[in-house]
Amino acid sequence: MTPQPTTASADGPPLLEVRDLTVEFRGQTGKVAAVNGVSFDVRPGETLALVGESGSGKSVTSLAIMRLIQRAGGNRVGGSIRLRRRSGDTVDLLAVSEDEIREIRGTEIAMVFQEPMTSLNPVHTIGAQVAEGIVFHRRVSRKAALAEAVELLDLVGIPEPQRRIRNFPHQLSGGMRQRAMIAVALACKPNLLIADEPTTALDVTIQAQILELLQGLQRQTGMSIVFITHNLGVVAEVADRVLVMYAGRIVEEAGVVPLFGRPLMPYTQGLLRSVPRLDMMSGAHEELEAIPGNVPDPTAMPAGCAFHPRCAHFRPSLCDTAVPGLEPADPEHSVRCARWRDVAAGVPA
Amino acid sequence: MSSQAQPVLEVDGLVKHFPISSGLFSRSRDKVRAVDGVSFAVAKGEVLGLVGESGSGKTTVGRTVLRLDTPTDGTIRFLGNDITHLKRGQLRPFRRQMQLVFQDPFSSLNPRMRVDRIIGAPLAIHEPGMKAAERASRVEDALAMVGLPRNSGERFPHEFSGGQRQRIGIARALMLRPELLVADEPVSALDVSIQAQVVKLLLDVRAQLGLTILFIAHDLAVVGHVSDRVAVMYLGKLVEIADTRTLFSDPRHPYTEALFSAAPVPDPTIRRKRIVLAGDIPSPINPPSGCAFRTRCRYALPRCAQEVPPLREVGKGHLKACLRDDLDLVPWQSQALTAASA
Amino acid sequence: MTADTAIAPHGGQTLRRSTRYRTLRRFTRHRLAMFGLVVIVLLVMACAIGPSLVPFDQFQLNMRARFREPFATVHILGTDELGRDLLARLLMAGRISLTIGFAAMVIAVTVGTIVGTIAGFYGGAIGSALMRFVDAVLCFPTIFLLLTLAALVSPSILTITLIIALTAWMEVARVVQGQIRALRERDFAVAAEAMGAPDRWIMFKELLPNAVAPIVVAATLIIARGILLESYVSYLGYGIQPPVASWGNMLEKAQQYLTTAPWLALLPGLMITLAVASFNFLGDGLRDALDPRSDLT
Repeated sequence: MTPQPTTASADGPPLLEVRDLTVEFRGQTGKVAAVNGVSFDVRPGETLALVGESGSGKSVTSLAIMRLIQRAGGNRVGGSIRLRRRSGDTVDLLAVSEDEIREIRGTEIAMVFQEPMTSLNPVHTIGAQVAEGIVFHRRVSRKAALAEAVELLDLVGIPEPQRRIRNFPHQLSGGMRQRAMIAVALACKPNLLIADEPTTALDVTIQAQILELLQGLQRQTGMSIVFITHNLGVVAEVADRVLVMYAGRIVEEAGVVPLFGRPLMPYTQGLLRSVPRLDMMSGAHEELEAIPGNVPDPTAMPAGCAFHPRCAHFRPSLCDTAVPGLEPADPEHSVRCARWRDVAAGVPA
Repeated sequence: MSSQAQPVLEVDGLVKHFPISSGLFSRSRDKVRAVDGVSFAVAKGEVLGLVGESGSGKTTVGRTVLRLDTPTDGTIRFLGNDITHLKRGQLRPFRRQMQLVFQDPFSSLNPRMRVDRIIGAPLAIHEPGMKAAERASRVEDALAMVGLPRNSGERFPHEFSGGQRQRIGIARALMLRPELLVADEPVSALDVSIQAQVVKLLLDVRAQLGLTILFIAHDLAVVGHVSDRVAVMYLGKLVEIADTRTLFSDPRHPYTEALFSAAPVPDPTIRRKRIVLAGDIPSPINPPSGCAFRTRCRYALPRCAQEVPPLREVGKGHLKACLRDDLDLVPWQSQALTAASA
Repeated sequence: MTADTAIAPHGGQTLRRSTRYRTLRRFTRHRLAMFGLVVIVLLVMACAIGPSLVPFDQFQLNMRARFREPFATVHILGTDELGRDLLARLLMAGRISLTIGFAAMVIAVTVGTIVGTIAGFYGGAIGSALMRFVDAVLCFPTIFLLLTLAALVSPSILTITLIIALTAWMEVARVVQGQIRALRERDFAVAAEAMGAPDRWIMFKELLPNAVAPIVVAATLIIARGILLESYVSYLGYGIQPPVASWGNMLEKAQQYLTTAPWLALLPGLMITLAVASFNFLGDGLRDALDPRSDLT
């Protein structure tokens, strides 16, 4: 791995441009829009966090980027996902041929999943699975690929990699499996790593190890990371920029410091206030502020702003009629809320 | 936290080993040492938090103190009665006074039962003579208490969201006004915005009913928010126990320190120097000799491999199981401060 | 509690309706199962009310009208070697076959469910002992057992039913035992235990209702097997005794006239095939419809 510049630069063309991405699934009760007009950029070398709860569309967005959504059965994927390839060409991942997307997956974009046990093949050794990608994409000999697999396992911090390449997934602990999964993803040195809840199934002390590992690897390789999670603590630790998603739409987009320091969307504010924090402790039970109500059912979306039934700033006939646009509050901070100026000015609900 | 009255729950030297069966006739000597000598007491009206990672044995402690499992050794006293060796029939009168809230709101409610029957089941079992009308009104009251519409009883569990199901589970547990509630990871399967609702609900009903709660979770922040005292478990043993404020401001066990350090803080302006523990949690089938934590401890000495550190008092009501007293451990706040100034 | 937390269940009604609707739709889309269901309904109706509509009695001999071919005379399906109306006999035989199939099913399902539930719930020594016994009975060749028993007891509808049930309950027991053992580990069973619920309550109120689907499937298949076994035993002469008609003994008699009056063998054979196949198709369809995983495709 050759070290590359690590600073996430706002200038220069983005690595990935997602424009108006819409994913509709056809269910028994009609069409369900899991992702609804999502647009964002991923800049070279940055970590972009996609935050949301169940049904927010964050995972569907990541699957759409990998083009892993079955378009059969009435499912529809619209919009464009433009990737700047290593060669310098820009291609639309939703339009390229099956052969080309297969080549891009693994070599330029790779993905790490939440549950490494189900995404690693139980009947193949770890070594074989890491080497597989190398053989497939780079046409080197199996022996050379296995040697490289050992290096990769070493890179992701698996002790005794020589011995471990002969292990099967079930012989590794959860943390080691996630490391192995990351090694598989890194086999062809992707420019973009999509990590879908990579630490959710892990214990805190192991989570800390994996976060450390991902950050270290990013410094070494200069890859961009799209980090999907529901855990705001993890976001604060790893992200450069944050997209907050709710009910299939981006509701707020900002750098990590302004997002946590001055959230503008009532949903983001509520999320931040509803997480118990270590500094709230010290015995006195400070009030947690819960967001009332439930995450909306995708088959029965509220009209207008999807968050309005749970929102303290709700104004009838303003919030429940039209979906507000994503407006820039400043160049690096956008928010989807009809009342964001009042919210920002601290007008009481 | 020492209450003058008798503790609701007293656990002394609790051991639970699960044998690993390796065949029909061969009896394997191997066993999972899920809980290996745990002692604590919970006073009336107190919330004791039990924190640990996977394999720490915290869930087994919860199930065993409710006698859903029979302990291998040790004693469990509930309201002064030794319930360690009671048979199922003998336990029945105690059951109405101790209840359990589950982690998974989907598998903890019978999918084939209507909600009113689920919540009414404890009454049907323990007060079979009660009139149907009275039972129905008690069920409605319970639904109202956990913040669900009074007519929710007509529906089936799958018609509710995860947070609402967790409310149903809590309503069922509270139906007979128990003395002790064991809440096993009650919020970890819920969406972030719903977790706070359920935490608040538990704290509310605790205040209303004067409940005693054993709150089991892996999330330090949640446990710290809910509990009066916190016990930290590692590989089947208690490593530290203290009241919440003390534990968070003055941790004395290296594992507690590392747990604090590993917990991500939702504040990007705090860039801490994380203590990242090396390696995995050892297997509870074959735990390390001496102090079980020594394999990952950055302060470990050679003698940590030989001596099992006893749980001993290091301050008022503050106990730890570590041989070293010369450590200057940092609570999480000062970790943040030092990192920010550096 | 605060009012803000009181939110009505979301989309619940539609969800519930759609689960049932999906199950129903999976079933109605299963062509063979629908075919099976229609045939079974027709068969049951025909056997129940048919004999009173046919102007002939199944025992009524008519030596002047022997071996009448089907569709040639007032005897729509012809007559047999004694001039008895074949349609009347087929329908009466159907009554017996279906009754035996259903009755055997009810007995087998009851016994199997009780044994399986107890074995699955208690596990340990009781469970192992019960299931080893089930295995032992299963190892017995069914037909051999059936014939031995049939030779020992005097054949009647009741004894044949009991004998068939005796050879069929083990499968139900195994299915139920597996289900109950898995369900016992689920949190809601632990919750019932923690409530102090008696064993009966946990077994029959909490666990068993969740095991209904596989029992229903097994039940349909047992009916099919019961009908087949009854024909088999009757064909070999150990079952329903002439002059009472059964598809099996009709087939047996018809052997002698296979070349001269083939319809005597074909029609009962067809009835057996139709009935058995229909119940099997129905069972397959139910299995697919009741298995929520089949929705994932």
